Amino acid sequence: MNWDAWLPVLVVASSLLPGLVIFFLREGSHRLRTALNLVGAILKLVLVGILIWGVFHEHVYESRWTLAPGLDLVLHADTLSVLFVTLSTVLWLVTTVYAIGYLENAPHRSRFFGFFSLCVSATVGLALAGNLFTFVIFYELLTLSTYPLVAHRGTPEAVRGARIYLAYTLGGGMLLLIGTVWLHVLAGPTAFVEGGILGSLPTEYHPQLKVIFLLLIIGLGVKAALVPLHGWLPQAMVAPAPVSALLHAVAVVKAGAFGIVRVVYDVYGVNFTDQLGLLTGLGIAAAITIVYGSVKALFQDNLKKRLAYSTVSQVSYIALGTAILGPVGTIGGIVHLVHQGIMKITLFFTAGNYAETLGIHKVSEMNGVGRRMPATTLAFSVAALGMIGVPPVAGFVSKWYLGLGAVEAGMASWVMPVLITSSILNAAYFLPVLYRAWFRDPGPAWPAEHIPAARFETSAALLWPPVVTAMLALAAGLFAAAPYSPLEWATLIAHREYGL
Amino acid sequence: MTDAMIGLVALPLTGALATLLLPRSATAVAVGTGLATTVAAGLLLFGVATQGALHYEIGGWNAGLGIALRADGLSALLLMMTSLVVLAASVYASAYFSADSTRDRFWPLWLLLWTSLNALLLSGDLFNLYVTLELLGLSAVALAALGGKRAAVAAALRYLLVGLLGSMMFLAGVSLIYAGYGTLDLAMLRRVVEPGPIAWTALALMTTGLLLKTALFPLHFWLPPAHASAPAPVSAVLSALVVKAAFYLVLRLWLDVFANVVTPVAANLLGLLGASAVLWGSWRALQAERLKLLAAYSTVAQLGYLFLFFPLLLALPPGPTRDLAAGGLVMLALTHGFAKAGLFLAIGIIQQRCGHDTIRDLDGTAQHLPATTFAIALAGVALIGLPPSGAFLGKWQLLAGAVETGQWLWLLVTATGSLLATAYIFRVLGHAFGHRPYPNQPVTVAREEWPALLLAAMAALVLGLAGAPVWKLLEIGI
Repeated sequence: MNWDAWLPVLVVASSLLPGLVIFFLREGSHRLRTALNLVGAILKLVLVGILIWGVFHEHVYESRWTLAPGLDLVLHADTLSVLFVTLSTVLWLVTTVYAIGYLENAPHRSRFFGFFSLCVSATVGLALAGNLFTFVIFYELLTLSTYPLVAHRGTPEAVRGARIYLAYTLGGGMLLLIGTVWLHVLAGPTAFVEGGILGSLPTEYHPQLKVIFLLLIIGLGVKAALVPLHGWLPQAMVAPAPVSALLHAVAVVKAGAFGIVRVVYDVYGVNFTDQLGLLTGLGIAAAITIVYGSVKALFQDNLKKRLAYSTVSQVSYIALGTAILGPVGTIGGIVHLVHQGIMKITLFFTAGNYAETLGIHKVSEMNGVGRRMPATTLAFSVAALGMIGVPPVAGFVSKWYLGLGAVEAGMASWVMPVLITSSILNAAYFLPVLYRAWFRDPGPAWPAEHIPAARFETSAALLWPPVVTAMLALAAGLFAAAPYSPLEWATLIAHREYGL
Repeated sequence: MTDAMIGLVALPLTGALATLLLPRSATAVAVGTGLATTVAAGLLLFGVATQGALHYEIGGWNAGLGIALRADGLSALLLMMTSLVVLAASVYASAYFSADSTRDRFWPLWLLLWTSLNALLLSGDLFNLYVTLELLGLSAVALAALGGKRAAVAAALRYLLVGLLGSMMFLAGVSLIYAGYGTLDLAMLRRVVEPGPIAWTALALMTTGLLLKTALFPLHFWLPPAHASAPAPVSAVLSALVVKAAFYLVLRLWLDVFANVVTPVAANLLGLLGASAVLWGSWRALQAERLKLLAAYSTVAQLGYLFLFFPLLLALPPGPTRDLAAGGLVMLALTHGFAKAGLFLAIGIIQQRCGHDTIRDLDGTAQHLPATTFAIALAGVALIGLPPSGAFLGKWQLLAGAVETGQWLWLLVTATGSLLATAYIFRVLGHAFGHRPYPNQPVTVAREEWPALLLAAMAALVLGLAGAPVWKLLEIGI
């Protein structure tokens, strides 16, 4: 094996091995644990940097390991996987710093960070999966490694939330597995190839291929929180804030959305999917989810719950972009994979900061919080405005390309109303929060002030991560046309997919 | 390499005698014997992989008169699993039994059981198979009764009667074969046997006897009490290996010796019984209040999966697709062996450290044993059939075979069974998360926890990630 074959393995191993060591650390060895976490995260970042450079220059990175005759575990870096790997790696580094601050003196930290690392390893493996078989393996591993994180607090609600999460995701995983096996029997090993591989199958397979598509999309839709498969997401809110960040931005819902993108573009091929008449169905499911999630978010007083329903809505932009035929819509969907991640992680970090610093869990308790925690609230505001789609924050770029793509594909008649409705609803559930935070007078006392204001408004490890991600969200919008920006990379993916 | 075959029988037998004569150093002798036997199993596996199927006639007497030992890919794999499981359980048992009197009785029986298991897997004719099966049954019953409690003795007695009934039916079938064909040698029989009333009746008798011993639904009634009341290392070996030995014989008879006698109808019947076992066993495991009972019912379910393969294998034409399915079957059996042994050992630790194994009261107690809990989680992953366990690859082949032959019922049963398994495993694991801080050491009782962990990891990681040679080895005979 040469270097090119080892690189994808190393990218996965850079978080897997530290994670395994961390399990065996004593609870008190705080420094060693932190060092392992950070060294792993930074090493991964460096390796991913090499990967980006290589893939841009059409270098082939592939590792292959035979598990059974005809079933290979393949790690393969293409443009799409690199996009997701980069997102996960960058956000993992930030989340690790945040989690170290968040869990200071909490019990079970070795267990937490062990599973935390496994979770990211599974995500990166899933991003680098070179065929559907490998994808399924990492998809299930992701479920297994996040379960202990959701249950981490050990309260009855936490265990219950984790159980619901598990029931949904493993149920979905079973459908995904059946679909994958079925496809394997029909078409052999289903490697991810730009443009898809199924178009050449004889027409008598088409009815079966439609059923399989349904199985795969339902299986993936559970993690992507497509309505009505989204029920676990608000329940999983009981998890600690860094885990919510992981679920909503770095790993879980993203894995579902990424899987849908993979299946449509690299297994079926977008033109073939359209030919089978399946794109419209996917688009309608996405549109319903977008509107439904936003409406539900309106009525949540619990801040994290409001954010959770907002995720339900926002992640489906990715599926919507997939359902819009044509490169521009594709760019909009894929770039939102990154943009939603950066913005949503900022929102969850700040929500965690409010809870940890002042004991604020509800929107109705947020009056005047902007004066007490200006930096946090500024980060929150940037991300919220981005979610609404206000330029120049990243979310605007996604919505612009989605709208443009819909016009180009002649789907504007129903995509545009969905986009406009959803943006109005986004504004309706975010702007009142901003108004309260900046312009209302604070009450006599905060619900429970844990961290007093000192040099910073809260502890440094909690403050910097959301500030950094908010700046990233701004930068992704401002410098959208710069080389290696998410938008440029999404354009590269779309061009390779459509063979432009 | 024929030395390895002799060693696999002679070593544990000598060990059994030595532990009887030297009770003071029995533990050391037993663990040493275990190591030596495992080396022999490894050598045999290597020999079969490099030289193909092996054959040895003891004393040079040829088949019909003498005792012949033979090993092919299937038996070499099962012997390897047996050795690793028994070795790990031996290390565990060396710390498990506190009372000297129990220990003195345990080791000779334990090594005798191992001898009969190995002899069964190496036997090449029906009469020797009957003898080893009987020996295996008797030593297993004696071990199951070792707990000494009333429930254990009652369960063991039932186990004894069922085992004897099973052996008698098997013997009746064997006599019929001898009367009809004049030979009991499997290799010869394979050539001469042909479909007809004699073969069908004999196969039906032998199979029923074996199904009783392997506890296929609805003949499973004796298993849960017997496996749940035995000492932990004994439960591990009973669930992982002893029922598998009877299953191995069913496999040998149906897929190898009587391959041209079996009919699709009969295979479908086995499949239906397997499906009922999957659903009923999983359901009962979900209802179980005690961990050990959960594990025992899970064994009933897991054996059911193995029988789902029969209708598939009969419907598939000989060729690579069929070989893939057969490999999946063996992979599933191997994974279950390791996983279930690991699970029972881990449950034993909980039972000893917490004084009970009631699932409802596991909160807090299981948390003090993180390594044990982790072993249960790993074994659970393998029992559910999630990646990267060997069972995932096995179930993949099961599902693929069902799709390939259009037998969608088995696909549905497999999916439902796996979801039920998820439910009963995570019902246990849900209790492991709570407020209490961990003790400082992740591993608390090394000599008991490492065997459990390693066995579970073997099922959940090693077989799944490095299991491709299993298919290669099965090309050398099933």
